[in-house]
Amino acid sequence: MRKLSLLLACLCLLLAGAASLFWPGAADAAERVIHKEKSLYRNIVVWEGKKLRCLTFTVKRSRRNQTCIDLKEPNRVALAYVRMMFAALLLNPEPKRMLMIGLGGGTLSTVLGKVYPGLQQDLVEIDPAVVKVAKDYFGFVPTATTKVAALDGRVFTRRAQSKAARYDLIILDAFTGDYIPEHLMTTEFLAQVKNLLTADGVVVANTFLGSALYDHESVTYEQVFGEILNLTLPGSGNRVILASRKPLPDSRTIKQNAKALAVRLEPYAVNLKKFPRRISREVDWDRTKKALTDQYSPANLLRGRDN
Amino acid sequence: MSTQQINNYTVCLLAFCGGFAIMSIELLGGRILAPYFGSGIYVWGSIITVFMAALSVGYLIGGQLSLRSPRLRKYGLFFLAAAVAALPIILFGDGMMDYVFSQVTDPRYGSLLAATLLFVIPTALLGMIAPYSVRLLVENRHESGRVAGLLYFVSTLGSALGTLLTSFYLVLWFEINQILISLCILLVCCFLVTLVMDRRFAD
Repeated sequence: MRKLSLLLACLCLLLAGAASLFWPGAADAAERVIHKEKSLYRNIVVWEGKKLRCLTFTVKRSRRNQTCIDLKEPNRVALAYVRMMFAALLLNPEPKRMLMIGLGGGTLSTVLGKVYPGLQQDLVEIDPAVVKVAKDYFGFVPTATTKVAALDGRVFTRRAQSKAARYDLIILDAFTGDYIPEHLMTTEFLAQVKNLLTADGVVVANTFLGSALYDHESVTYEQVFGEILNLTLPGSGNRVILASRKPLPDSRTIKQNAKALAVRLEPYAVNLKKFPRRISREVDWDRTKKALTDQYSPANLLRGRDN
Repeated sequence: MSTQQINNYTVCLLAFCGGFAIMSIELLGGRILAPYFGSGIYVWGSIITVFMAALSVGYLIGGQLSLRSPRLRKYGLFFLAAAVAALPIILFGDGMMDYVFSQVTDPRYGSLLAATLLFVIPTALLGMIAPYSVRLLVENRHESGRVAGLLYFVSTLGSALGTLLTSFYLVLWFEINQILISLCILLVCCFLVTLVMDRRFAD
């Protein structure tokens, strides 16, 4: 009998351990998982706390949120890196056509659609399950001006190029916390992206800080676009790269644009005014490092290495 | 060591290299197709399908060829032919994939067609190595099972090492074409080994 109860106790412990592995936030009673699925490409977990509802692509406890919404203030852009992406507007304050690769919860698309009602949006997301989750849980509502394509980003850009499509704003956000699509980080891909920009079009990319990838990635962007701008915020592990077809605006123009646009983005808690002093033109990477190309793109291996 | 023993070790070593090349090329295949067809699950599906189908045909043909006076010299030609058949991947790969991309709009069938055009011939040629190796090693019916087992062992071990080295290290150190050219050189070296061995031990 004692043996049996010991066995049962062990079993319970094991089950609890397994549950905590697969149920992020299980230890915190205030957070609960409201949706979980295994899609073709990843694990999709939507969890909800008292204040936030977030999307993650990993079952590990050390989660990296793809997107979050504030349940009490749904207009507020809850994640720092998503707010940082709005810095693109400092280089091109009036975009008419936009392309976004990697949808996440669709926050960027939703907010930009509200700020610029006429904005034509092409949204590319490889995983149809992510599009559905964005609609069901994160208030993403495709409108007459948004087109969603369930395609690989590279297939879309290649096709768009043959159709001679042009965009004022291209947002690259196809990188999950765990995996980088390596063919979306090469000089050839970025050259395609550059070709899709209008004369004063701007590309904004969400990337990582603090690994061997930093140097390679910076060299890659530099090779395609020439000068680039880096936006980092204290406490955030993200770096947002800004690049353009034409020479980048000077600091004064950036500040002026921030001032002019600040009011329009205030309702979404995006404080554009604090970005200009966080934008750096400094080359803080090792220029001797090899650019990533279709021939050489071990981005995921490089990311695992220290800088 | 007897002549026969040296010959047997050589065949095993060559089969190991053949296995290595197959999986190394297969892994690079994902990288080669990604700029055109993405890295979705269907791209890997296309590549694995093409490699499996090509290998199965290669096994069949290799087995048939082993019926007609099997010799090390003929065996070596498989390696040489595979090296030559892999060259178009480097030389015409981009032009070919560009064309397929423009003609086939569904990336699933596009990647399947491109993978077929690029990889079917070299992979089938590499597949011919295994059954032919068995024939070269088998001396009597009694030990045929053991020989086949040994051959699967070395060639699959080669495949395992080819997979590991390529995905963990080679892509970090070299460009795709550099790895492909090295594999072609490896296969040509295998061919040269068979030439030397065949001359030396012909009679």
